[in-house]
Amino acid sequence: MLCQKCGKNPATTYVKRTVNGVTTEYRLCASCAAGVGGFDLGSFWGSLFAEPSARHAADTVRCNGCGKTFREIASSGKAGCPSCYTTFYDRLLPSVQRIHGKTGHVGKIPSSAAGEVRLERELEELRRQLNEAIAAQEYEKCAGLRDRIRELEGGADHE
Amino acid sequence: MSERWYRQNGNEGDVVISTRIRLARNLPTYPFPAGMTAEQRREVCQKVRAALQACEEKWEYLEMQNMLERDALAMVERHLISPDFAACTEGSGLLLAEDESVSLMVCEEDHLRLQAMGAGLQPDELYQKLDAIDTLLDESLHFAFDERLGYLTQCPTNLGTGMRASVMLHLPALQERGMVQQLANTVSKLGLTIRGMYGEGSRSEGALYQLSNQVTLGISEQAAIDNLKGIVAQIVKEERAARDEAAKSPVFADRVFRSLGILQNARLLSHEESMKLLSYLRMGITAGLIETVTLDTVNGLMYDVQPAAVMTAAREDMDAAARDAARAAMVRNVLS
Repeated sequence: MLCQKCGKNPATTYVKRTVNGVTTEYRLCASCAAGVGGFDLGSFWGSLFAEPSARHAADTVRCNGCGKTFREIASSGKAGCPSCYTTFYDRLLPSVQRIHGKTGHVGKIPSSAAGEVRLERELEELRRQLNEAIAAQEYEKCAGLRDRIRELEGGADHE
Repeated sequence: MSERWYRQNGNEGDVVISTRIRLARNLPTYPFPAGMTAEQRREVCQKVRAALQACEEKWEYLEMQNMLERDALAMVERHLISPDFAACTEGSGLLLAEDESVSLMVCEEDHLRLQAMGAGLQPDELYQKLDAIDTLLDESLHFAFDERLGYLTQCPTNLGTGMRASVMLHLPALQERGMVQQLANTVSKLGLTIRGMYGEGSRSEGALYQLSNQVTLGISEQAAIDNLKGIVAQIVKEERAARDEAAKSPVFADRVFRSLGILQNARLLSHEESMKLLSYLRMGITAGLIETVTLDTVNGLMYDVQPAAVMTAAREDMDAAARDAARAAMVRNVLS
């Protein structure tokens, strides 16, 4: 059947609303369904992101990837870019837990990320050795470690 | 060439019409599609197409803005793309495998939505297929990933595996008994959801329901698929038992043959009526009452009677009355 709102496109979405006990039903096309008033999915997901208290009254931190603030993400219910999740990890975590009941990824790890994780771990180890070498005043060893770290960091930039 | 997946009958085909797996993936250095410029969308499309060249399959590339509305809607009806994607703006592109069994939506809700589809119940096979493409694409695209949150997606409901595994179920007997709502309540406690044929908020035409996993974080792909398979097995058992029970009544056979009669003779068929009749016909075939029509044919018809599919087949836009006539003619032709 055709969309009951625009009468032009085939209806692909069925909307049933009950307000104060009165139920109305519509069959709408995708574009009309997207604009059904009072049925703002964004704010629904937004509430999933909401924080229980105004702990973070100031909203000055911006995502270094897309420049969005936490409040902007919360009100749309959608992250602005992948970096939002790292920038606001602690504040997003309670919502993520509410949605999935769990946190902590246990599925597939892409080989590219596995490589990065390994690289990060190796760098950590080298920095630790470097600090030890500095403390022990082993300057020759320091130079070698520094070169290796630079090399790995350079490689990471190209990733 | 063998028939397309949506014209076939597969494993557990009396109840399970088709399986679909999709993965949500994003590129780390771009904003999510909602915040992208048309230029950025084009860039991402280009990168994905370049990355896909490593793939053996042949891909057709379609720019959404150049596609006719009825053709886009017909793709929605075949579940190749989402309704939102059909209404998509500049710079969104669709990559389609030759046999339409794999589709890649570029710049839908996420930068990349990879989908594999097949007849009957086959989540493992489809996941393996998609996993291989995903691994290959990741070699050059390095998808956004966080050790703790998994694959990073625009909507937090897809974090983790980014995987949604769905099966399309034909549940006429359970629907008749009013048991679908109860089923929906039960599966929701198990981290799954059951919805009408076209997903969120859509109602069920022809007793077709989509069952899919909801939770994507803290559960592996394999565990989510096993969970889905376990619940499908239960539902299949229940539906078969309910059908056996229904078949005992003389009303059942009468309804099946009346449906076939109308489908073979009607001059006007609405979408709703045709889906209802095809649903009865399907039940009649699985009960062994009808041998002249196969499940493959009925599965194909269930897509062909959709409004945009009727217009796409005729290569013209039509009003509802014209569609009803064209639909009836097409169904008569197939079933005569």
